Amino acid sequence: MSALTLNHLSCQRGYNLLFDNLSLVVNSGDILRITGTNGSGKTSLLKILAGLNTPEQGDVHLDDYPVQSEEYQQDTIYLGHLSALASELSCLENLKYLTALNQAIDEQALIDALNHLGLQGYEHEYCAKLSAGQKRRVILAMLFVSNAKVWLLDEPFTALDPQGVEIVEKCIEKHAQQGGICLFTTHQDSALKNQKILAL
Amino acid sequence: MNIYWQTLKRDLNVAIRNPSSVLNPLLFFVISVSLFPLAISPEAATLSQIAAGIIWVSSMLAVLLSLNSLFYHDFENGVLEQMLSSHHSLSLLILSKITAHWILTGIPIILLSPLLGLFLFLDNIGVKILMLTLLLATPSLSLIGAIGASLIVGIKNSGMLLSLLILPLYIPILIFASSAVSQASVGLEVTAQLYFLAAILVLSLMLAPFVSALSLKISLE
Repeated sequence: MSALTLNHLSCQRGYNLLFDNLSLVVNSGDILRITGTNGSGKTSLLKILAGLNTPEQGDVHLDDYPVQSEEYQQDTIYLGHLSALASELSCLENLKYLTALNQAIDEQALIDALNHLGLQGYEHEYCAKLSAGQKRRVILAMLFVSNAKVWLLDEPFTALDPQGVEIVEKCIEKHAQQGGICLFTTHQDSALKNQKILAL
Repeated sequence: MNIYWQTLKRDLNVAIRNPSSVLNPLLFFVISVSLFPLAISPEAATLSQIAAGIIWVSSMLAVLLSLNSLFYHDFENGVLEQMLSSHHSLSLLILSKITAHWILTGIPIILLSPLLGLFLFLDNIGVKILMLTLLLATPSLSLIGAIGASLIVGIKNSGMLLSLLILPLYIPILIFASSAVSQASVGLEVTAQLYFLAAILVLSLMLAPFVSALSLKISLE
């Protein structure tokens, strides 16, 4: 059993206080959907949880490990707004590198993940030639091979067609059933079962 | 350490498939050196005296030109975010990117320098010392340049800012390197200059990856 603990988090951007004194415990098996209007601090919260931003106040722990620790970073995966794909590299080359940043690479598992997301035959295609939805599918393939306990997904369904959304939702549900934690933001309707909602 | 080689391989692959980003600074280097004889004098005596300065200033500007893209594309497409949220040492990842930058910019400059040295009537010993100074100091140019590139990564149209930040730090390298070549051409001892260049390399190798990592974290917040 793992727990992601947020203690009295405050975040300020410029003169705007986005959220203040936010405390929360997200347990194994939880899927937490973060909602809010544009600029309410959803992405800022995920970036704080990923260790990319520093909160004004408060701290974050996964079990006993603080956000800056190597153990915390090893157990979390963050997929942001940006594709994180170099257009000069193929889908597989991009995925191999991005996966290597988090864990050991299993090339066949990556090919299987691409196939699962409907990208069979695209392994060696340059990312410059893919559509926005296909690029999103490539980066989401990382989830299928990830060992991380905590998934931090910023707008994962953007540019995906309904079939793509369904595949990713199933993947998130499976992760939660296996004891993982998922925090995500979306402006779209989500059919995820047992999702909890945090409104900012 | 495995991630060091993987980052290096990735950066070299990206550069090879987008050759203009690598070739532009090198073309700038060759063209700028070749313009000096037209502007000053084609006479061997004049050119051989200023050859070291010409090649060194041109190589610094060529490196400066290439530094803009060191982190920019990875910042734009989100790879830097992935690097920052990785459990690997960010300094090691940056050191790998700097190594790729040196392989793509520094090594071609070193290899082109004897040709350009002869073009400017530099004597054999001068060419040899020129190559040695470039070998010792171009890694420092990439390392020190990475600090500036990481500070300006989120700022648009920041080419001039990068020059203002970095060029003052390059001046000691320029002084020691060009004086080594000039002194070697007249038969004087150059060991002191080479030791200084080596010391600058060791110092920048020790500090630059850490400072760049810190700057990148601040720039991405």
